[in-house]
Amino acid sequence: MSETWIILGATSSMARALARALTERGDNLLLAGRDMDELEQMAEDCRLRGAPVAEAVAFDARDPKGFAVLVSRAEAVEGTLNAAVFVGSMPEQAEIDADPSLVDGTIADSFTGPARFLQMLAPLIEARGKGTVVGVGSVAGDRGRLGNYVYGSAKAGFATYLSGLRNRLTRSGGHVITVKPGFVDTAMTWGIEGMFLVAPPEKVAEDILKAVRKKRNVIYTPFFWRWIMLIIRSVPEPIFKKLSI
Amino acid sequence: MRWKTAEYSGWGRAIRANGQMARPEKRAALTALMAEEPAPAIGMRRSYGDACLNDGGRAVHMIRLDKFLGFDAETGILTAEAGLTLGEITRVMAPRGWLPAVLPGTGFATVGGAIANDVHGKNHHNAGTFAQHVVAMTLLTPDGAEHRVTPETTPDLFRATVGGVGQTGIIASAEMRLKRVKSDLVTVTERRANGFDEFIAMLDSSDTTYSVGWIDATARGADLGRGLLEEAETAGGLVPTPKSSRTVPMNAPRFALSAPVVKLFNAMWYRRVPKSGHTVVKPINDFFFQLDRIHDWNRLYGKNGFHQFQCVVPLSAAAQLRDMLERISASGLASPLAVLKRTGEGRAGMMSFPMEGYTLAVDLRAQPECEALIKRLEDMTADAGGRIYFAKDALCGADRIQQMYPDLDAWRAEVAKHDPEGRMITDLVRRLKLREPA
Ligand SMILES: Cc1cc2nc3c(=O)[nH]c(=O)nc-3n(C[C@H](O)[C@H](O)[C@H](O)COP(=O)(O)OP(=O)(O)OC[C@H]3O[C@@H](n4cnc5c(N)ncnc54)[C@H](O)[C@@H]3O)c2cc1C
Repeated sequence: MSETWIILGATSSMARALARALTERGDNLLLAGRDMDELEQMAEDCRLRGAPVAEAVAFDARDPKGFAVLVSRAEAVEGTLNAAVFVGSMPEQAEIDADPSLVDGTIADSFTGPARFLQMLAPLIEARGKGTVVGVGSVAGDRGRLGNYVYGSAKAGFATYLSGLRNRLTRSGGHVITVKPGFVDTAMTWGIEGMFLVAPPEKVAEDILKAVRKKRNVIYTPFFWRWIMLIIRSVPEPIFKKLSI
Repeated sequence: MRWKTAEYSGWGRAIRANGQMARPEKRAALTALMAEEPAPAIGMRRSYGDACLNDGGRAVHMIRLDKFLGFDAETGILTAEAGLTLGEITRVMAPRGWLPAVLPGTGFATVGGAIANDVHGKNHHNAGTFAQHVVAMTLLTPDGAEHRVTPETTPDLFRATVGGVGQTGIIASAEMRLKRVKSDLVTVTERRANGFDEFIAMLDSSDTTYSVGWIDATARGADLGRGLLEEAETAGGLVPTPKSSRTVPMNAPRFALSAPVVKLFNAMWYRRVPKSGHTVVKPINDFFFQLDRIHDWNRLYGKNGFHQFQCVVPLSAAAQLRDMLERISASGLASPLAVLKRTGEGRAGMMSFPMEGYTLAVDLRAQPECEALIKRLEDMTADAGGRIYFAKDALCGADRIQQMYPDLDAWRAEVAKHDPEGRMITDLVRRLKLREPA
């Protein structure tokens, strides 16, 4: 039976790597995002690489009114319905400090937008009794830090949401995977000082597919970020608050 | 666009650059960049020398713009973004019976890099160069404008862009004619050539689609110029499983490619093929991209890196080529990697490398003596009426380029129209004074 993946934020490099890996499995793709030109090109790319179906669909995390179109498109799909959420935005913390209204957009992109969409999708997965949701969070969500705590808090909220959704969907045969990438070699990290152990997007895609096969709940990618974050989380707050890491 | 400061080098690793790099991931980002802060493109940096370097300046890394944009199975025309590699095109298209019409010795070269150096392959004598199969390009000039460039509608810009080492602007995407193949297998026949003259005679009488010679650049005396001629056709048959790739994990110590080791290796490699020759069937990738099976093999040369010298000389200059080979073998700097091939007339751009004749390419360990040797070989090439290849060069001087590339003035004039401020200049172009009026 064919599987179909809705990929939110499909033009990001991690999403693109996952989409390409999925074409190798022969899965169908609904590529959702804002840049329709780029999405149309990406759909053609995926078709030429072997995806039986690859379609560009409009999705703007800040415009929930538009979600219904995508949900009904998904409803029309036969077979297993999966979703992978890559949307998110990370303005520089300094920009947010200068313009607090940026908080809203950051949280809509990284948390409330995708959460609202998944909320609409969940009944479809329940009705079919199967389907996987991959939610991409970030290690930044594990602890609030000076450098990106608005983005981090949005990702923390999303991670908590995913954990609840997992709790819900598991009852009907669905599954939710929370993915926490460390530093990944994307446009977001390109040229930023202090990056280390930067992983290629293809590595993240590979880890995600492995987690899907093994029905994992929460993964860090690459795996060693689990240990790095364990240490970071265990620093007592009186000390942590003085650090700038 | 955010710029990343980094040290980088070409494939030879002997020359490095320090500069800022952008790496757009979407087409819109590239367009914006060229409108606001234009800089030259670099691909996978499989050029050996400084064609892909801009020391102290900026460069645009194209590798994330790597999508297949369309394929028409009627005409065989593939549209692809410039950062897509030829190996990836081969991987995806060969099982469906299509192959890039021209493939260089590495699958890691990008479409943009293959056009900008107008690369040639083992079938140059009948298929010509890569850009002869390009029917259109989307070019972003440093004034921010977007051009559709074709050989018919914009012949001057086309001929200045292909083989034009990135000087007219950034190629965003290209449309190219693929060729039909029966399967993704190749039958390869290898035969020994005892010495230089026999090698030339074998090359002259070879009539297979693909033909290339490996030459033992360490052999001297009666053995001078001995080697193996490889002739091949794509064909159907049994499917051998491709071998998995390996990676060279670190810089090799100096002795790894020292003269005695290379001499020994070359002798063994030569004897690998029986006196009577032999024929084998190989997967397409193994045949075209033999060296790619070992990732980062350039590290075998140690941290000093290496140079490649490649020239082409006219058919009438075989004797001069022999003299050059004699110098190379006497230098003791040669590595196992040396190629001799007969080339045809095909070339698509004003600054394209090939001409009808013979091309010789030799890797040389980067040693202080290397510079003098290459300088000497460059003079011998110019005297023989030949030319050196920009994709490989890092050490040549500017003075004989005009003689080697007769269309240089016309190219310079066309480039000046599109990049009057010299925003696209790279280290190679500076060193060889390609854009300075004579
Ligand atoms: C093992 C090996 C074997 C090789 N065999 C052959 C061979 O058989 N025949 C042959 O001809 N060559 C051969 N080469 C050379 C190689 O094919 C060329 O150097 C090719 O240009 C490399 O492509 P690249 O994408 O790495 O480009 P780079 O080396 O990164 O750049 C090369 C040039 O292209 C320009 N450029 C890159 N992208 C663009 C773009 N999008 N728009 C405009 N300009 C651009 C750059 O400015 C630069 O001038 C070989 C190289 C290796 C390492």
